[in-house]
Amino acid sequence: MSWHRKHLLTLEDLTREEILHVLDTAESFKEVSTRSIKKVPALRGKVVANLFFEPSTRTRISFGLAAKRLSADTIDFVSAGSSTVKGETFKDTSKNIEAMGIDIAVLRHTAPGAPKMLSECIDARVVNAGDGPHEHPTQGLLDIFTIREEKGKVEGLNVLFVGDITHSRVARSNIWGLKKLGASVGVVGPATLIPKKIEELGVKVYYDLDEVIGEFDVINLLRIQLERQRQNLFPSIREYSRLFGINGERMKRAKPDVVIMHPGPINRGVEITPEVADGANSVILKQVTNGLAVRMAVLYLVSGIK
Amino acid sequence: MPKKTETILVKEKIDEFVRSAADRILEWDDRLDNIALVGIRTRGVHLVRRIVERIRQEKGVVLKTGILDITLYRDDLDDNPASPQVRGTEIGFNVQGMTLVLVDDVVYTGRTVRAALDQLIDFGRPRAIKLVVLVDRGGRELPIQPDFSGSTVNTKSGQDVVVLLAEEDGMDGVRIMSRK
Amino acid sequence: MAMKRILIKGGRVVDPARKIDKVTDVFIEGGHIRQLGSVNYQAEEVIDASGLVVTPGLVDMHVHLREPGDEGEETIASGSAAAIAGGFTSVACMPNTKPPIDNEASAEYVFLLAERAGGANIFPIGGVTKGLAGKELSEIGQLSRGGAVAFSDDGNPISDAEVMRRGLEYASMFNKTVISHCEDLSLSGDGVMNEGYVSMVMGLRGVPKAAEEVMVSRDLILAAFTGGRIHIAHVSSAGSVDLVRRAKERGVKVTAEVAPHHFTLTEESVRSFDSNYRMNPPLRTTEDLEALKKGLKDGTIDAIASDHAPHSEEEKDVEFSFAPNGVIGLESTLPVSLTELYKTGILSLSELVAKLTCNPSSILGINRGTLGEGAVADITIIDIGREWVLDAGKFRSKSRNCPFNGRKVCGKAVYSIVAGKVFKLD
Repeated sequence: MSWHRKHLLTLEDLTREEILHVLDTAESFKEVSTRSIKKVPALRGKVVANLFFEPSTRTRISFGLAAKRLSADTIDFVSAGSSTVKGETFKDTSKNIEAMGIDIAVLRHTAPGAPKMLSECIDARVVNAGDGPHEHPTQGLLDIFTIREEKGKVEGLNVLFVGDITHSRVARSNIWGLKKLGASVGVVGPATLIPKKIEELGVKVYYDLDEVIGEFDVINLLRIQLERQRQNLFPSIREYSRLFGINGERMKRAKPDVVIMHPGPINRGVEITPEVADGANSVILKQVTNGLAVRMAVLYLVSGIK
Repeated sequence: MPKKTETILVKEKIDEFVRSAADRILEWDDRLDNIALVGIRTRGVHLVRRIVERIRQEKGVVLKTGILDITLYRDDLDDNPASPQVRGTEIGFNVQGMTLVLVDDVVYTGRTVRAALDQLIDFGRPRAIKLVVLVDRGGRELPIQPDFSGSTVNTKSGQDVVVLLAEEDGMDGVRIMSRK
Repeated sequence: MAMKRILIKGGRVVDPARKIDKVTDVFIEGGHIRQLGSVNYQAEEVIDASGLVVTPGLVDMHVHLREPGDEGEETIASGSAAAIAGGFTSVACMPNTKPPIDNEASAEYVFLLAERAGGANIFPIGGVTKGLAGKELSEIGQLSRGGAVAFSDDGNPISDAEVMRRGLEYASMFNKTVISHCEDLSLSGDGVMNEGYVSMVMGLRGVPKAAEEVMVSRDLILAAFTGGRIHIAHVSSAGSVDLVRRAKERGVKVTAEVAPHHFTLTEESVRSFDSNYRMNPPLRTTEDLEALKKGLKDGTIDAIASDHAPHSEEEKDVEFSFAPNGVIGLESTLPVSLTELYKTGILSLSELVAKLTCNPSSILGINRGTLGEGAVADITIIDIGREWVLDAGKFRSKSRNCPFNGRKVCGKAVYSIVAGKVFKLD
């Protein structure tokens, strides 16, 4: 088994074997985090640039720490909004940063396809840290890693995504990865937030959470953004929470060993009540821990490819 | 010119190495529970298992063991970029104040041992680190010497030292193969 | 200059307006067609057209020439040169310039610059509303006097149904057609590509076909109600083709055009995230592409128009989501149409030529599009067998945003003749 990719842009591109290779590599990096010195010299002398054209504290910190644990030097470039705000194009900004001698660019951007565009215009390796609603491959990988850790397998599991599927890069990356590893995937949410044609990805669509909740081994709750209410995509947070929020009462209908996930940040009391978020079935904090190992694995793997 | 193969160690010699290594290791610390054997993947791990078994038979004590994967500590990632594979390190004990015995099948340039030392030190501050190898084939590029070796051979750079262990290869033996 | 006597010898003359498709000679005198037929005239210039196709000068009824306002992207002179290079002797330019063509003087300005350019005929299309703002009617009568051949707010839809109703009624006084950019803005929203499987996978905001079809329906109802003449610009969906077909059956005065990218490319192209596949309306699906071809075949769609929309490289070479809509087409429309419609056997040569000559001329009410005796000598000579590769780098247009760059095509204009003035093309 091997890795030949210079960039990690999507999970759509990856084969089943490539996904498994990242997960297996991440297992080793998880062990590094248990040592008294949580650092290995693998990327000593390399520069990892976090290019964040959309604000995100968590993902940036996770990638930053992953790079540091590999002994890479890191720089952060944070610029909210579109690339043209300061009159400089995204390509020009990227080329400028590359001229400083970076080896890996970790890119978060509001525009789908921006990482692909970057990979075509600079020589450094590119890791997609979320491009609009398109993909968030490391989040998909860390979710699958966590599922595998909790359930001992991925194949044959029933995984449900709840909420705003239309705007979710997390859902898209997860769906590609989970399908490739042989899981069954369902989505449930307001009809206004489930994109047309999603069934063509081999995904089942539901609208009644209570009716189907008992069939699933894993439930991944997506963040609902208030902005969607202003866009008239759902009528109120109260109704959303009643229909699609996970609470103690609803958990009684779920399998006793169901795994509850959330990519964060959580809207407590909206997607999930505190009793469930902090309860025994929740792996939300494990996702964060695993995210570090997965990102170390990804940075390490792409850095080895010429 | 065809490939030339010369057997330098047979099964009996390897068994003898295991016995002698076990004896020497016990001299390195007064307290047996303060000694741990750490094998370098892959064949060092098998040698550790054999030595520990030998000590169990002799002394009735099972020493602590660990496994090192030195991939992340290599200094040649840029030169050998193809398909990096990390298989994991397992050090399930606190190395503080311990006598650690690093075990590998062959010592050559010394770079693998250097990487292993760096990694071990990241786990804490052992009292001492010793090095045991089955074959010392010379050709050192770093000032590293084994504390105990089963055999010393002088090889040239066009030659490979091939260690076969039953656990991995179905039989025991050490050969020198000359590349064309 | 143009008074020269020219003989085009031995070409296959295709003049759909007069149902002519035969090998013969064309004799030009005084900038007009004097006669078709194998007569031995004394000519100062003889063009050997054997093996070539001779058609009325091609007409592109939908282009954006960006002057005044965005001369870095295109000017009337560069647009004129691009038209000639692509075999078009006449183009009708949309009024969404800065300032827009919404008054008599600005229409006359187009003619002035076109004459200075000395290339293709350029006919201005006037704005239906002042400032193309969709609120108050522009001076359609004055604009007609200034030479506007049709009226449109293209680029923007006319969202207010009442304004569209009055525009249709008012323009019909001058026997002018209203060209409608059909888009319900509340449905298209911030969409950047067709809403469907590909937009779902790529996480790009979609424009549903319904955004176009809702407006096509409205405009057809208003055209029937007012008796005005409506022309549906850049039809892109199967549903729109069906709506237009049924309206024609009912006798509504409707015509329609399609752009080559819509009958050649699909939303799959957007997977590359290349902004040269971004335009409005967006590339649709294979099903739509087939319906558009069927509409061309059965006459539902009357004309092929490029919707030539130049954008500078700086503007286009950004993230797909931030790029402006529009692609250029003056120099690719003829070869792509020949390759996709004629070579594939979907349209006969005569049917294809009609959609590039007499049909758009008739919609615009311009005296072009035929080789009848006494007609203005606008002629295009085409090598329909020439295989070549489109290279946007060599285009005469100032812009390079061509979705067909690098495409292998068959067929190329080799002469464009405007009122007897001969442009021999490379």
